[in-house]
Amino acid sequence: MNINLIKEFMAIVGREHVFTDEADRQAYSYDAAVLTPQTPALVVMPETGEQLGKTVKLAYANGLPVTVRGAGSNLSGAVIPSSADSVVILTCRLNRIIEINEDDLYAVVEPGVVTSVFAEAVSARGLFYPPDPGSQTVSTLGGNVALNAGGLRGLKYGVTKDYLMGMEFFDCNGNLIKTGSRTVKCVTGYNLSGMMLGSEGTLGIFSQLILKLVPPPKASKAMMAVYDDIAAASETVAAIIAAHIIPCTLEILDRKCIKYVEMHTKAGLPVDAAAILLIEVDGSHIQAVEDDANKVTDLCRKCGAADIRMAKDADEKNRLWEARRNALPALARARPTTVLEDATVPRSKVPAMVAEINRIALKHNLEIGTFGHAGDGNLHPVILCDRRNKEEFRRVEDAVDEIFDSALKLQGTLSGEHGIGMAKAKWMEKETNRATVDFSKKLRLAIDPEYLFNAGKKIL
Amino acid sequence: MKQKNKKNASLAKLTQQLLAIDDSLTGCMRCGLCQAVCPVYGVTLKEADVSRGKIALLENMAYEMLKDADGLSERLDRCLLCGSCQTNCPSGVNTIEIFLHARQLLAEYKGLSGVKKIIFRFILPHPKLMSFFVAVAGRLQRFFRRKANKNMGMFEFPLLRPFAGKRHFQPLAAKTFSAKYGKINTSAAKSGIKIAFFPGCVPDKLFVRVAEASLKVFEKHDVGVFMPDTMVCCGIPNLVSGDYTSFKRLVKINLDLLSQAEFDYLVSPCATCVSSIKENWFRFRKDFTDGERLQIEKIHDKTVDITEFLVDVLNVDFTQSANAGCTRRVTYHDSCHLKKTLGIFAQPRKILKNLSGLEFVEMPEADRCCGSGGSFTLTQHALANKIGQRKRNNAVSVKPDIVAAACPACMLQLMDMLSQNGDNVEVKHVVELYAEQLTVNS
Repeated sequence: MNINLIKEFMAIVGREHVFTDEADRQAYSYDAAVLTPQTPALVVMPETGEQLGKTVKLAYANGLPVTVRGAGSNLSGAVIPSSADSVVILTCRLNRIIEINEDDLYAVVEPGVVTSVFAEAVSARGLFYPPDPGSQTVSTLGGNVALNAGGLRGLKYGVTKDYLMGMEFFDCNGNLIKTGSRTVKCVTGYNLSGMMLGSEGTLGIFSQLILKLVPPPKASKAMMAVYDDIAAASETVAAIIAAHIIPCTLEILDRKCIKYVEMHTKAGLPVDAAAILLIEVDGSHIQAVEDDANKVTDLCRKCGAADIRMAKDADEKNRLWEARRNALPALARARPTTVLEDATVPRSKVPAMVAEINRIALKHNLEIGTFGHAGDGNLHPVILCDRRNKEEFRRVEDAVDEIFDSALKLQGTLSGEHGIGMAKAKWMEKETNRATVDFSKKLRLAIDPEYLFNAGKKIL
Repeated sequence: MKQKNKKNASLAKLTQQLLAIDDSLTGCMRCGLCQAVCPVYGVTLKEADVSRGKIALLENMAYEMLKDADGLSERLDRCLLCGSCQTNCPSGVNTIEIFLHARQLLAEYKGLSGVKKIIFRFILPHPKLMSFFVAVAGRLQRFFRRKANKNMGMFEFPLLRPFAGKRHFQPLAAKTFSAKYGKINTSAAKSGIKIAFFPGCVPDKLFVRVAEASLKVFEKHDVGVFMPDTMVCCGIPNLVSGDYTSFKRLVKINLDLLSQAEFDYLVSPCATCVSSIKENWFRFRKDFTDGERLQIEKIHDKTVDITEFLVDVLNVDFTQSANAGCTRRVTYHDSCHLKKTLGIFAQPRKILKNLSGLEFVEMPEADRCCGSGGSFTLTQHALANKIGQRKRNNAVSVKPDIVAAACPACMLQLMDMLSQNGDNVEVKHVVELYAEQLTVNS
């Protein structure tokens, strides 16, 4: 890159916050998706909103592709630079919590604030920010909004989109755009926050977010139900919802997943079981929560659970959740490469989808363990492989394509929470239609006429 | 031209060697969860400073996508080897082993710096020479030091600034522990337990009070003690700098000395020495002779940290200790080598909670690295300072009179950080606090 241009970036953020060394730049060539890395030409680390705006403007005016990066923990290749001349803009130093308002139940944050750091700060003030993506200890709120991140609590508490009240972002000319407000109601102008949500860095660069907070639940109760037949587990899920109980978490582990977790933890999980459901109910009244928990237990039994365990105290609850917490670690240790997908189907189709995944695994001679959010139909098939084995990895790619196909056939979606990024962009038309893709493209080009904001992601 | 060819040849060798450890690198699934716990990333927020980044760079070097071996080496040096990432890694990547190995390969490629060569190869293997230097420095120190924190009795050495920055030190001991006590060999008395005592370099030369407190405790519990007076460094500084040859030499000298007596346990008040002896000697045991390998395996089983020894081996009832008068608030810092490497965190807390005259209070992020990392604090002083500041802030947030730790390397860092902030907080080893009460008792 032209040395004078580099100096201009340095003038904005300071010399030590512009990375030009090969080794530093290569560290921003990947994210958590198993995809081909791309080293950027330059990496810039602004500290203030003003520096951020100037950086965006300078990059855009010079025709440089821009990829904004938080923690780089997403699973769709959303922050892998578009090309060798890309500038990566880091948000990690924009990590201030500007306001937590206990009276009006909102918070204002910069995009680089780490999700769990924010959740803890909110909790310390007696409030609750529910979205809890699996990478929450490192993921940034900006990244969560850019990918509309979900998590375990999706069924009852919703996902990131349910907590975004407004934002400020920079357009391609470095102008600051304001949308939404600190109020519950706001119909001023287009709902640009809604448009920016899940936009994966293709429309603008966030500088501030207004997030909704809620009062925390006061009581919770957790249980584990073991099934010999995965269809019975799914019937339980349907029965719980039909009884008008919405658990705060409702997770499923399939047979292969249970096998790997048990091999890893030796915690005494039932290895011949077809599925395990982990269910937690919460609420503001201890008695109501107890009643719900008992009803859920009855429903599990009625639907044919072979064994039900209710946690008596926090310690036991912690042990029950151990199996779920260890799902990914156990699967990840089995083989060198872990491909984590998130095909999502209507919740009644979970058994059909698990059957499809197992069929695909058999067909391509692959090991796939599945866990996921049974309550919202968001499954995580985990394909165990070694990406250095080219022949095997080709089978993995074929299997991933077939998993998407099956999810769409079951009226599901390509991605519940991981994002489209690079990996799934080519599938967009299949889930929607040509007109939808064209419409999105026109929208994108109206806002980003040079096609420099995270090119190659989301909409091709 | 010739030199360039030579350089290319050694670069090719380096990439080949890295390719050979590709199996251990490929386990990293790039999830990035190491960012949450890495102390270096915590202050720089740079991806090349976190394990995911370092492993990606090692892979790139192995596959010849990265050409800059010196740049790689520089970044690998920005790591405390604290093991936080390894403990937190969902896919169980053995980062410590990877980084130790990679540093060794890079040291072979680059060669060692002159200063390190002199220290590792000529000073560390000769304890008498080292004691002589310490004695000379001890005599001369008063001419070169400047009072830095009166309350804590800390000094700064302006002449050392190029090497140690504005670090605050406690004065050197007038006489090293080993010089003061010489060879020790007492018989296993009533307890029936005989130990080999490995004080470690820092208690031997700087925190003589820690080594003395340990002796007092052994005496109180009638434990027989064997300590040769010419023990050398455990080898950790050499290993982390990639100087495997001198590491092996130090291990061999120590093995020879330790073979002079029978003992049931090897006890040290230094968490770093314990983890080095128990884990690193053991890790590389295959590179030693058969006899040495057997000895290392035996020592591996016998090596215990001093708090573990008191709690799990001697089953000491700490509530029996005398009331030390007024109550002092004590908080505890978990050394990485103790908690993350050896899983010891309950034992020191049990001691502190039960000693009378102490009110135990947990500090936030008690197990977050203090930024010492042994030689890291010298080679990466600015980073160590920033990391240490967070530890200091966490420690003083609970308003303690004493910050306790069970690793002298952490104690050095804690004292420096507190002193630089103008605090008036004592830093003590857990065993010192127990020994103090024994004094009050008698």
